[in-house]
Amino acid sequence: MTISLIVNGAPQTVEITDGNTPLLWVVRDLLNLKGTKFGCGKAACGACTLHVDGEAIRSCSYPIKLAEGKTITTIEGLGNEQDPHPVQQAWIEEIVPQCGYCQPGFMMATAALLNIIPEPTDADIDQNIINVCRCATYYRMRKAIHRAAAIQKETTAKTKE
Amino acid sequence: MKKRKNRYAFYLVLAVGFFVVANYGRYNTLEYIPISVTEATNTDTSFDKMMRVLTHERCVNCHPNDNIPKQGDNSHPHYFGMARGKTNMGFDATKCNTCHQSENDAYSGVPGAPEWSLAPAAMYWEGLTRIEIAESILDPKRNGGRTSEETMHHLTEHELVLWAWDPGVDANGVLREKPPVSKEDYIKAVKQWFAEGHRIPSE
Repeated sequence: MTISLIVNGAPQTVEITDGNTPLLWVVRDLLNLKGTKFGCGKAACGACTLHVDGEAIRSCSYPIKLAEGKTITTIEGLGNEQDPHPVQQAWIEEIVPQCGYCQPGFMMATAALLNIIPEPTDADIDQNIINVCRCATYYRMRKAIHRAAAIQKETTAKTKE
Repeated sequence: MKKRKNRYAFYLVLAVGFFVVANYGRYNTLEYIPISVTEATNTDTSFDKMMRVLTHERCVNCHPNDNIPKQGDNSHPHYFGMARGKTNMGFDATKCNTCHQSENDAYSGVPGAPEWSLAPAAMYWEGLTRIEIAESILDPKRNGGRTSEETMHHLTEHELVLWAWDPGVDANGVLREKPPVSKEDYIKAVKQWFAEGHRIPSE
């Protein structure tokens, strides 16, 4: 089976025997993008969260055959060291990660949230950011999410000027 | 006079004591005779067959009375605090489709089907009797404005409804329970019930 998709802005074609292979393994093993993590494999922990057509998706429960023609963004495509995404910048400023393993999933979930709700309340965060962090960095993440919203607002305002 | 009063009091205490002793076990162990719902409804009428399906957790789990989807054969509240949201599809950025796709995923055990979502709030069935569910599905105010004909087609053709007979495996790789009537018999029963005037029996 041949699957054509766009990953972090670049067209990709993958040959795969099993169309039910999770998108997570295609991204990690075939495209060598190791930022997206395997956590539970049951769409529960959110470590594998990435964007499909701009929406947060658990890539461990997303068969690659459904990704045909879709646009995928992983943590590597969200931003980079020179030009970090507001969420990445906020995560750095608030020194969020402890072990760091689950953080890409949280950041991708947060970026998707800010796309829809630019200034989320604590209730919005509670409802939409339901990933699991075993280091319990939730307190710092909440601060970082609010910080990311502020950075995004500043950036948007500057762009309009 | 006083003697007679004492005698009445003695008999009263005796009677109360006897009542308490005689019923002690019953009230302390909450004994009761369970009424078997299966027994009461296990007949072959089209209504009974249809209702054995519509009251099964594969259907009721997504027709909640509290806006919280249920999961599993034991109908526990959906993990992670998921709820109906504004569009029956979960919250703004974390929605049903964040995890559930258009088909079951055997690797993760996440179920899926086209239009995976909760039934609208007005279509709640959780906690209703068979008769109340039947009244609900015939009431345009609670069935999405459908005519009887449209309801019949919905119940027998919609992919999300028919997913109940292809529920896939759970997170442990164990097959989910299917409704206790085959898909073919269910479809036949629903069509027959509507064709015969969709009468709701009194129970």
